[in-house]
Amino acid sequence: MMMRRRLLSAVLGSMLMAGVAQADTVTLGITQIVEHPALDASRQGALDELAERGYVEGDNLRVSFENAQGDTSIAAQIARKFAGDRPDLVLAISTPSSQSAAAAMSDIPIVFTAVTDPLLARLVSDLEAPGGNITGVVDAPPLEAQLQLIRDMLPEARRLGVLYNPGEANSVSQAEKLEALAPELDFQLVEVTASRTSEVMGAARSLAGRVDVIYVPVDNTVVSALESVLRVGYDADIPVFTGDTSSVERGALASLGFSYYDMGRQTGGLIARILEGEDPGDIPVGSVEKLELVLNRGAAARFGYEIPDTFLGQAVEIID
Amino acid sequence: MSLIAFLGAIELGLIFGFVALGVYLSFRVLDFPDLTVDGSFPLGAAVAAVWIVGGGNPWVGTGLAVVAGGMAGIVTAWMAVKLKILNLLASILSMIALYSINLRVMGRPNIALLGDDTLFTPLESLPVSRYIAFPLAILAGLAVVTFLLNRFLNSEMGLAMRATGENARMASGNGINTSVMVLAGMALSNALVALGGALFAQSQGSADVTMGVGTIVVGLAAVIGGQSLIPGRTILVATLACLFGSILYRLMVAVALNADFIGLKAQDLNLVTALLVGFALVLPRLRRRRRAA
Repeated sequence: MMMRRRLLSAVLGSMLMAGVAQADTVTLGITQIVEHPALDASRQGALDELAERGYVEGDNLRVSFENAQGDTSIAAQIARKFAGDRPDLVLAISTPSSQSAAAAMSDIPIVFTAVTDPLLARLVSDLEAPGGNITGVVDAPPLEAQLQLIRDMLPEARRLGVLYNPGEANSVSQAEKLEALAPELDFQLVEVTASRTSEVMGAARSLAGRVDVIYVPVDNTVVSALESVLRVGYDADIPVFTGDTSSVERGALASLGFSYYDMGRQTGGLIARILEGEDPGDIPVGSVEKLELVLNRGAAARFGYEIPDTFLGQAVEIID
Repeated sequence: MSLIAFLGAIELGLIFGFVALGVYLSFRVLDFPDLTVDGSFPLGAAVAAVWIVGGGNPWVGTGLAVVAGGMAGIVTAWMAVKLKILNLLASILSMIALYSINLRVMGRPNIALLGDDTLFTPLESLPVSRYIAFPLAILAGLAVVTFLLNRFLNSEMGLAMRATGENARMASGNGINTSVMVLAGMALSNALVALGGALFAQSQGSADVTMGVGTIVVGLAAVIGGQSLIPGRTILVATLACLFGSILYRLMVAVALNADFIGLKAQDLNLVTALLVGFALVLPRLRRRRRAA
């Protein structure tokens, strides 16, 4: 009986603690679908930008961060938690987390980030004037610029292998765009899919001998198992390009893209504007403007490729 | 925990109550460990979402989802009964295959229903808040389904199905066609799970191909947890216990989500949930021991 009473008071205590918020601090609820280096970097970027603009976590900014651990039903519960706690603003990271936030809250401002296609996800109906309580930053990679980079660096390449998870909405929309873009740049697209990280190795191996170059889009599954793709590339002398720049550090040849950290910074800027009184419905959905060329000279040698000096001159970062 | 978070947990618990009833049917009544549910839950969501996005009536879409789930269950049972594939393995094959099928059904990994007419849309115009109206509507549906399931399991065919699960050899010795019973039971079980998936997609505003991951874990936690807290031999008590377990599981998640005040972080959520559910499982035993002492 004693024990039950203590449990009950602990539960009641948590209810009370959640209900109390200081008046002079700003509260921010963050819902994220899963722990992932890129998503974590975007969250950090947003918090750093907010700190720079005078919203310091632990000082005048109270952050409640919840992670659904990959489970959409828990993402729904997190959204309900925020709907009840009523933070000043909710930052939703990834498509499923943003959708559950949008479904649960219609009067709390929501800023999404790391969403590739907010129109298809029905988060907004108009990118320029989102209306309602929601806006954000898309993480659509600049596919055209990236294919152009591959074309410039490898003028001889014809067959372009693409590896992605058919279960990720973001990846499928990238693959569809690649299908449309490839012929324009004289590429023949070879698509292979992997539904989980353990399948990436086999999928990558199936590309050996069938393609001249491999492109890895921004795909949580394939990027998680990037090393198995790289190994195939090193062994078969097939250069590997990636959609995200952080993968170049891990051994891909090159990427022309944006960092998730910078995307987070931009998202933090939107959050600050809304906290200062702007209406989220009036703020156009942003995309990351800052593109950076990152090259890996050490990896180039392993692919049996020498990077021409012109590219080395343009690069923001060169890894040896 | 705020009232809205509490009601949200109840709502999800009720939706997963359909899953719990389905898992109760396969796991307890038929003694058939069935992982098909990890595929039939998103299958129900996918079928309903595609139908609704195409402009179809949500009632019809939900009905089609139930039919699709039933067919998934029949395939699993058919592999087990006719092809003599081990139960668990047959259900794993269905689960894997359904991942691809769900992608085919949806045409893409995620379909948004935000702004479409769903079963819940008429409730939005009621004077009551949706946080209260949704769970009440789901509760009404769940009550009807639980009542019908009880009627069925106490009917002649239901008794035959229960006998098949208890002792298949004896059942067939008494003239029961056990194959038919397994096929029908698995169809019913997965139809219930798909109904849960269809309702989840409509209340949460999207269907996602990854949303089935771990459905069996949640279902088993509800069935085993509920029955250990509310033991009882009748079907009525057992089904109500499963529903209670399902709601309790969601309340545990909601408590875990609010556990940051004791220094727990977001990544500890699954661990906290597991510990809370584990505690709920051993609680009756602790109580019994104390009473004995």
